[in-house]
Amino acid sequence: MKDLLPQAERLPGPLPAWHASTQDLRPIAEKLRAQNARLVALWASDERTGFALHVAFALRAGLLWLSVPLEREHPRYPGIADLFPAASRMQRAAYDLVGVHAQGGADHRKWLRHGAWPAGQFPLRKDFEPASAFEPAPDHYPFIRVEGEGVHEIPVGPVHAGTIEPGHFRFSIVGETILKLEERLGYKHKGIEKRFEQLSPEEGARLAGRVSGDSTVAYAWAYAMALEAATGAEAPARASALRGIALELERVANHLGDLGYLGNDVALTFGFFQFWRLKELLLRAHGAAFGHRYLMDFIVPGGVARDPDLGGLAEVLAYIKEEVAVLRAIYDEHAGAQDRFIMTGQVAQELAAHLGLTGVAGRASGQDYDLRRDHPVPPYHVLEVQAAGHIRGDVSARISVRFEELAESLRLIEALTAGLPPGALRAPLPGLAPGRRGCGWIEGWRGEVFVALEAGADGRLHRVHAHDPSWQNWPALERAVLGNIVPDFPLINKSFNLSYSGHDL
Amino acid sequence: MYTILKQIARTGIVTEPAPRADPSLRQVEQRLSETVLRHFGRALAIRHVDAGSCNGCELEIHACNGPHYNPERLGIRFVASPRHADLLLVTGPVSRNMETALRRTYDATPEPKLVVAIGDCGCSGGIFGESYASCGRVSNVIPVDVAVPGCPPEPVAILRGILAAIEVK
Repeated sequence: MKDLLPQAERLPGPLPAWHASTQDLRPIAEKLRAQNARLVALWASDERTGFALHVAFALRAGLLWLSVPLEREHPRYPGIADLFPAASRMQRAAYDLVGVHAQGGADHRKWLRHGAWPAGQFPLRKDFEPASAFEPAPDHYPFIRVEGEGVHEIPVGPVHAGTIEPGHFRFSIVGETILKLEERLGYKHKGIEKRFEQLSPEEGARLAGRVSGDSTVAYAWAYAMALEAATGAEAPARASALRGIALELERVANHLGDLGYLGNDVALTFGFFQFWRLKELLLRAHGAAFGHRYLMDFIVPGGVARDPDLGGLAEVLAYIKEEVAVLRAIYDEHAGAQDRFIMTGQVAQELAAHLGLTGVAGRASGQDYDLRRDHPVPPYHVLEVQAAGHIRGDVSARISVRFEELAESLRLIEALTAGLPPGALRAPLPGLAPGRRGCGWIEGWRGEVFVALEAGADGRLHRVHAHDPSWQNWPALERAVLGNIVPDFPLINKSFNLSYSGHDL
Repeated sequence: MYTILKQIARTGIVTEPAPRADPSLRQVEQRLSETVLRHFGRALAIRHVDAGSCNGCELEIHACNGPHYNPERLGIRFVASPRHADLLLVTGPVSRNMETALRRTYDATPEPKLVVAIGDCGCSGGIFGESYASCGRVSNVIPVDVAVPGCPPEPVAILRGILAAIEVK
């Protein structure tokens, strides 16, 4: 890291993370692209005297957080979407929220701004009143049209036909075949990042746990990790182990649900009922052990909120393990289901690397990254996590990765429970000193959840950026569906299972 | 096929006794006539609208449709269009970017219709509150008959809220 950027400063905490201020975003980004670094997140902040653009990259050594100071009058920077395509929507969101402008052939269409606030207003600027209310305006969004003989459009959403989060999908099709899919997201934007700035650092943990409810453990942990790094607190060993158990339970619960729905989407409703029966048993065991079916508010800055009674959990997990083995054999041998799964919604390995595909979907397309193995923080440093993987990048590969990860998570929970150290649950949290910063980076069930936190001069939260892996994976879904038939879209979409709330913030 | 049938037989029926309505969740007096409610009580079509939730409430709505709760035995089923619906199940807070879509969905639902708001955010705006981006509680945007608190409310609570909405006085 010192070779790349001599001024890089190691951030405190267990995560191998560095921060550097620089004016050389473009040369550094080019060098990082050549080294196969990955883009983790891009966001901006109002620094009152000027602005700042922030970019986080994943390197072999760890995480690098760059801050680029921008001038007050015309805040602009050289865009990096040509090097890291996933940056495109992040740059658009940074403009909508903070008003910093990406130069150099970037896509300048609005992204998170619909009609709730007018052009020229930037909610994350410090002089923007959080309670501002504007006359709602229609959202005229310039979709890219496909023209030609027999081409027609199917607009879907924002209100979908199932219990799904809102978003708009614009399909251009010929017959049944998808020629183009364009996503329009941002419907769930509810001002989360502005809200953080009104909360105390401790209260922020509750909000972080509600950025994307299905990943509440991952977000609460990433936020706690960021705040602990910024304040110099260290979670006790028992708390770390319990955090690991909670994160793996969240992974098991979500993978069970997805495996059920993937059966459902190919008319194998047997699979839905079987997996959802198992998920319900697990959620009830969560409730009994942790007092909450989704483990919300269990991880708090400094440690964990309570000592769970893990007594009943082992039996339920052992039962789930046996039943999942039976169900996997049934899925694997079901010709009708496999016919729908195999070669559907494929993202080839090269494309996945180009787009920066992450998490479950990334690993199914040969992107062999798993933070629990690559940059293990306690309790993962002694667990030797086996990352799942596949190279075909189709629905079937994403199912396979889920099955493998589910089995590995069950092993990890067993190991962590058996070796649960005694001791305190929570370390006292020192005050947040002005200007301190920290970040958290967690391998959630969907992919890498990242939280960056900076303290203001008054010891309150100056800027909190919460980043969902869905930012990276939504654009890949647009590519995965090409050439597939429209009725396979729900199946392909489900096999990614991306978050709208986590993306829209 | 044999393994599927064997697994079904081995699993048996896991559905639990049906929950009862929870009248304390009512926000307004029952507006619909007994005749209408008797029809709804036997075939209630629900359209779920996520108007801006964190997706936690959606997890529990999904769980409601699992085999332990099996709402179809109560005549409750989820439908794909508001035009087929008797009741809207709305999670919130209502983001300003979803305000118009929620109003249009409400308008597209034929009368007589009911609305059940789900979750702390649907009931009060929750931790997100009201802001430049959030309208807060569901009743700030469309009329609400029943509101079910919880973060998220458990499946039984959601079903008790739905049953309260169609309960005959």
